[in-house]
Amino acid sequence: MDVVTWSRIQFAMTAAYHWLFVPLTLGLALVMAVMETIYVVRKDEFWKKAARFWMKLFAVNFAVGIATGIILEFEFGTNWSNYSWFVGDMFGAPLAIEGILAFFMEATFFAVMFFGWDKVSKRFHLASTWLTGIGATISAYWILVANGWMQNPVGTTFNPDTVRSEMASVSAFWEVISNPVAVSKFCHSVTSGWVTGGIFVVGVSSWYLLKGRHRKFALSSIIVGGLVGLVGSGAVMLSGDSSGVHAAEFQPMKLAAAEGLRDGGRGAAFTIVPGIKVPKMLSILATHQLDGYVPGINDIINGYTDNDGNVVPSVSEKIRMGRESLDALAKYRSLKDTDPEAAAVAKAEMEENVQYMGYGHLEKPEDVIPPVGVVFWAFRFMVGLGMLMALVLLLTLFFAWKDKLAGKRWLLWIAIICIPLVYICGQCGWIVAEVGRQPWTIQGLLPVNVAISSLSAGAVKTTFFVFLAVFALFLAIEIRIMLGAIRKGPEVEPENN
Amino acid sequence: MGRLKDITVSVWHFYRDGFRNMTWGRPLVWLILLKIFILFAVLRVFFFKPAMSGMTEEQKIETVAERMTGRP
Repeated sequence: MDVVTWSRIQFAMTAAYHWLFVPLTLGLALVMAVMETIYVVRKDEFWKKAARFWMKLFAVNFAVGIATGIILEFEFGTNWSNYSWFVGDMFGAPLAIEGILAFFMEATFFAVMFFGWDKVSKRFHLASTWLTGIGATISAYWILVANGWMQNPVGTTFNPDTVRSEMASVSAFWEVISNPVAVSKFCHSVTSGWVTGGIFVVGVSSWYLLKGRHRKFALSSIIVGGLVGLVGSGAVMLSGDSSGVHAAEFQPMKLAAAEGLRDGGRGAAFTIVPGIKVPKMLSILATHQLDGYVPGINDIINGYTDNDGNVVPSVSEKIRMGRESLDALAKYRSLKDTDPEAAAVAKAEMEENVQYMGYGHLEKPEDVIPPVGVVFWAFRFMVGLGMLMALVLLLTLFFAWKDKLAGKRWLLWIAIICIPLVYICGQCGWIVAEVGRQPWTIQGLLPVNVAISSLSAGAVKTTFFVFLAVFALFLAIEIRIMLGAIRKGPEVEPENN
Repeated sequence: MGRLKDITVSVWHFYRDGFRNMTWGRPLVWLILLKIFILFAVLRVFFFKPAMSGMTEEQKIETVAERMTGRP
């Protein structure tokens, strides 16, 4: 395998590892904040102890997950230095805001949340618990602004003098942070974290019910966790719908790959699994119209007229225009110090096709096709598992409400099995989002083979296996500490057990 | 000024007592410190040197421009 593939595998592993901790942080933060709110409102110590137990598991997850995102930034500088330079101006602001917020907001209120029981007022403590979760959520927003920009690079212009995509004004910054792809990605990711948190709470509580321990605590936790998870499931479906519409608009190849759609058309059918199709459903999902036009892989390669009547050039044509733009860039850079007039002409030529600049790096039209099988099946696992999570949450809530859950041992087992499945579901979502946009690091502007640093594959391979060992060790430690805390159980009063 | 000092001392005591009275959280703090050490003192120093470190701004621009204007 070449250096690009090894670097991609390494980045994928690091990002996937990071995403093991983030969704549980976001979801458990909400669960424990709701529980503590009930404690403050009802003045019932039971809810304080329940909140403290989930806070303990939150802390274990937080301790192992902390700083895993920093490794991604190491990889930017070492493996993806051309990309880092290209996006430096645009990424600087959101990532700096994220860093400052993450550090000050989460670190400050996190400390009050853990050290502050019985030391600060109930209301201040409650506010700290909520602000810990809100801080983590806002941090996620800034990261997803950066990711959303890579999927749909709005608000920036390419500067041939610095060879960077730059934000020229305050309005450009606003355009970047209100990027519709970033907004729907944020909603989708954060609410999927609520589902993860909800499933985790329901699954762990189900284990207590199976063991006949902490019955009241387990049922109460299932009600709160189940509601958080179920609200999350609804929001995931809504934001998933808008993600589909955005993919159709900004990344049609990703949508075509996720559907395995070779030849598109109006009134396109949605494939549930190969051989089973729902007529017109893909058009409805992608365009919110019964007969909306959805391009397939071949249409995108050969050129098509989109749903709004715009003619989209073939990939060959985009490659030609991209190469013209890159040639003009080279010409501008060679002339800018010696012949300003000729340089200005070259700059205008470059800007004419700058939106296709990235295509100039491709060898052939087929290079724009991502690994279809991977994206197709990852999408089906994500949707299928997501629906299973919603169903399990609904059933556990229903039976818990009716006080019949303890007797439904089959459902309790399914709820436990759903804990690893909800993680697989989230990882599949990221596979769809990131593998589906290959070969681009930045959609249409910078493919992975240009974003890469001048490195040897051997160097990246070495760090890959070092990471694998370190990550596996820390994950094993986390699971051990987490299982130990779960086995020990909450410190609720005996009459509550 | 006196009030600011009181607040600073209170915050210091809050954190100090919090860490001192830790029970199950203590191994987690050690875990975080160990991880940060591995990340910054081992991985960053020996494995993840920025590819363009030591270059001037102009050299970085030239490096990226050359890569971008080269043909596949």
